[in-house]
Amino acid sequence: MKRVGKQTWVFDDGVYIQAAAAAVGPLEADGPLGSYFDVCHRDLYCGEATWELAERRLMREAVDCCLQKAGVSAEEVDLFLAGDLLNQNATSNYVARELPIPFLCLFGACSTSMQTLAAAAALVAGGLADRALAATSSHNATAERQFRYPTELGVQKPKTATFTVTGAGAALVGRAPGRWRVRAATIGKVVDAGLKNPLDMGAAMAPAAADTIEQHFRDLGASPGDYDLIVTGDLSRVGSVIVRELLAESGYDVTDVYNDCGLMIYRPDQKVFAGGSGCACSAVVTYGYLLQELARGTFRRLFVVATGALLSQTMVQQKQSIPAIAHGVVIEAAGREPDLPL
Amino acid sequence: MGLKSDYVREVKAFQPSPPYAANAVKAFLVGGTLCALAQWLADWYGGTFAAPPLEAHLWASMMMAGLAIVLTAVGKYDDFSQFAGAGATMLITGLANAIASAAIEHRSEGWTAGVAGQMLKAGGAAVIYGLIAAYVLGLVWP
Repeated sequence: MKRVGKQTWVFDDGVYIQAAAAAVGPLEADGPLGSYFDVCHRDLYCGEATWELAERRLMREAVDCCLQKAGVSAEEVDLFLAGDLLNQNATSNYVARELPIPFLCLFGACSTSMQTLAAAAALVAGGLADRALAATSSHNATAERQFRYPTELGVQKPKTATFTVTGAGAALVGRAPGRWRVRAATIGKVVDAGLKNPLDMGAAMAPAAADTIEQHFRDLGASPGDYDLIVTGDLSRVGSVIVRELLAESGYDVTDVYNDCGLMIYRPDQKVFAGGSGCACSAVVTYGYLLQELARGTFRRLFVVATGALLSQTMVQQKQSIPAIAHGVVIEAAGREPDLPL
Repeated sequence: MGLKSDYVREVKAFQPSPPYAANAVKAFLVGGTLCALAQWLADWYGGTFAAPPLEAHLWASMMMAGLAIVLTAVGKYDDFSQFAGAGATMLITGLANAIASAAIEHRSEGWTAGVAGQMLKAGGAAVIYGLIAAYVLGLVWP
């Protein structure tokens, strides 16, 4: 493991994702990627009494399914890294309460999926853990009630609003060779472009995503053509156009290799405004769909850039602008890795 | 001029603007229909039950609020509001929805801290400013 450039970690001595799993709610299961998810719930309550308990169950199911796929018991995992959107990272802390694994709780809003994966890979590469488990979750109703309004309140939302994905994803990172190799990670800076509308987070996060992607290219001397897919977390219809424009202004044309998880998870006719968002958006698309397609040979190298709007209700009410962050991880199909220009 | 030079201004070109005209027409038609329905109810109470005008209007308002609460409880009022916009939020049905939705939302935290404590979370501002406006108008037209 070494640092290359200013913000990029390169894992050149073998760090692997050994297994990954995704659990989702009804709308996600009904979406175009429904068949890629391990656990699909038909009801937003997921068989629990409250939405918060439902979110907790989703994360627990993703964790259990991931460990089961890897054939590893919880006792054999050295470190658990997780985060979510609820105050005090409630979902993660309560899931960690049930696991016999030392726990680091992380918050990066919707960038948490790649934040936890990058941290897990670094800790494994550094020899501080043989196996580290990274997980994140979000739930449409818990996020709505915490960040926006009561779920049944009649408010006309603008087209720029996004729809929080209900789901959870987990990945087990380790030294033993697996089907996916974590090749590099770029840790983002907090970027605040000055926008204040919490119902347009795509535009607020796009500059952070562009910053991390550009920094990644500069650090590695890489270009968009070195990747089969560069995918952002939840910029949605609005932000995904902006990030392409920002990158084009810097001389990087990503048009042919770019997509956004928030646009992939729902069908165009599902009523989700500008697209999906939330921690689970990038997590379930990556750990469900993208990894399976890597294993299948559709892609050889991905750059997953999870984007987070570091939104605080109090700060928004005090008319403060919305800071944003993006963390990116390069994941490759093990055994078929292209050469990364280093 | 690029996006990076003045992001806050330049980004507006990428943000879809709300369909103001269509929203206004929908709000006018839906809000007007709801008001007409309430007026018909008030006339009906006045005719069928020989209620005095003020009482008939109170009954009509309560019926409309009740209808909004039922629609909120079955999870339809938010869809209706997404379509009708101000036509659904500016009436007493909007206030009923605001209070009922908060009460339903916080049922999971119990009857006192949850339902009662949070009930006015979304509708409280409308209640407070409604009272102040009514008081001020009452001073002008006693």
